[in-house]
Amino acid sequence: MTDLAWIDGALTAARPQAIGALLRYFRDLDRAEEAFQEACLRALKNWPVNGPPRDPAAWLIMVGRNAALDDVRRRSKTEALPPDDIISDLDDAEANLADRLDNSHYRDDVLRLLFICCHPDLPAVQQVALALRIVSGLSVAEIARAFLVSDSAMEQRITRAKSRVARADVPFETPGAVERAERVGTVAAMIYLLFNEGYSASGGTAHIRGTLCDEAIRLARLLLRLFPTEPEIMGLLALLLLQHARAPARLDADGAIVLLDDQDRGLWNRDLFAEGLALIDKAMRHRRPGPYLVQAAIAGVHAHAARPEDTDWGEIDQLYAVLERLQPSPVVTLNRAVAVAKVRGAAAALEMVEPLAGQLSGYFHFFGVKGFLLKELGRADEARVAFDRAIALARTPQEAAHIRLHLDRLMNDRQTA
Amino acid sequence: MLYAVLCYHDEAEVTSWTKAQDDAFLAKRAVVMQKVAATGKLGPVARLMPTSAATTVRMGREPVVIDGPFAETKEQLLGFYIIDCATLEDAIAFVRELGHGETGGFEIRPLRILLPGKPLSLGSPA
Repeated sequence: MTDLAWIDGALTAARPQAIGALLRYFRDLDRAEEAFQEACLRALKNWPVNGPPRDPAAWLIMVGRNAALDDVRRRSKTEALPPDDIISDLDDAEANLADRLDNSHYRDDVLRLLFICCHPDLPAVQQVALALRIVSGLSVAEIARAFLVSDSAMEQRITRAKSRVARADVPFETPGAVERAERVGTVAAMIYLLFNEGYSASGGTAHIRGTLCDEAIRLARLLLRLFPTEPEIMGLLALLLLQHARAPARLDADGAIVLLDDQDRGLWNRDLFAEGLALIDKAMRHRRPGPYLVQAAIAGVHAHAARPEDTDWGEIDQLYAVLERLQPSPVVTLNRAVAVAKVRGAAAALEMVEPLAGQLSGYFHFFGVKGFLLKELGRADEARVAFDRAIALARTPQEAAHIRLHLDRLMNDRQTA
Repeated sequence: MLYAVLCYHDEAEVTSWTKAQDDAFLAKRAVVMQKVAATGKLGPVARLMPTSAATTVRMGREPVVIDGPFAETKEQLLGFYIIDCATLEDAIAFVRELGHGETGGFEIRPLRILLPGKPLSLGSPA
């Protein structure tokens, strides 16, 4: 790898910890960000010359803080911190000082940063935008592209989120156990939303959507490092890894959606699968599965099947039954119906789906599944009505194209029958 | 003499690499690996999954299973096994039997083999 690629990787990885620590010093997001930017600029000059620091985050925190305190230091000669140009990781004295300053705070710093981005006063989309900007370090332009808004609109959204957080008077001390648990749930939900934004192909280029999924996985890893024994966070990371593993097979060469049954399983990323399955195994030992873990387990059942016909649909049906109990929702029931169709047939599945009509009348997938079940049952006219409705509700050309494929098959079946 | 070469790096950084960066890294390593493998002197090469996938079993009268890597600093890494298990539970059972009546601990970490390498004998004398 080139120097620059290495430095870029190190800066990205150090970012949450460094910004978190700088935020503790300055208690102001903008100042923390500016200090970090300045430290990054100096790293780009310093590291290629002096060699890579042993602890990049500690280096960036020291240098960022020094840069921001420059004025103060000039006025007061009593400041004992060394100037940054003589700091190099080849010199352990400074590195140790930085360690002592910051490692004891690592967990609280990063957690505070995540909590601030996921402040309950912020709407979910603002939480995502703020986390992408502050924690992941994506540019405003990149985030704007991902959400299909103009740069200035996204800039405004992020500025508004920041001032809202500033006004909300976020406590800088560590929150208590109960509050912490609640807010970890909010962070997990933000990460899941971010991943889905990238996964669901609701807009933006394939590249930027892939970036969102990568960022979500990175944040989930970060959260799991903070809560290494929390099965739901293991479940969240596992879920994202398993879904992301299938990404290379989800769209065909023309950008059309390929259903799970038709995917080329050779394209699935086996490394991501292996890690996701290992995490599920680990989390299941706690014997108190939550919604993320159960969803991960469902994805895990698919991952275990070398061919679609090897899928253990009975197991998937049972897991969805658990999920329905944990998190009752018509969408979960709709998903369960797909498994039920495989285990007990289309008629049983349709019976589950029909009562959902009121709640899911604007939901693309509802009509897709309903049409598919009706088609299976030979009720072609009703199936076509459902498919037409699905096309009308499709959010992307890919979704619409996919349903049209079903419609075409329906017509073919009729002609050959 | 057979040597184990243990690789250390900041996993937050390594797991942040894009697929392209990781592929480039593995390709760079592969050049050296293939060169040594051609001489028949290279055993298995493995990549450990992140420590978030690790489980630790602390031995003692009642062994304790803990999420996460082996974190004590007063003990040193003294050996390793590679075992193919269907589940983590099986791996834990193996470790319990292995360390029965002992002190110390075991870290169980899933891995993937990058290169099976040559079948190991007892090694050539130094």
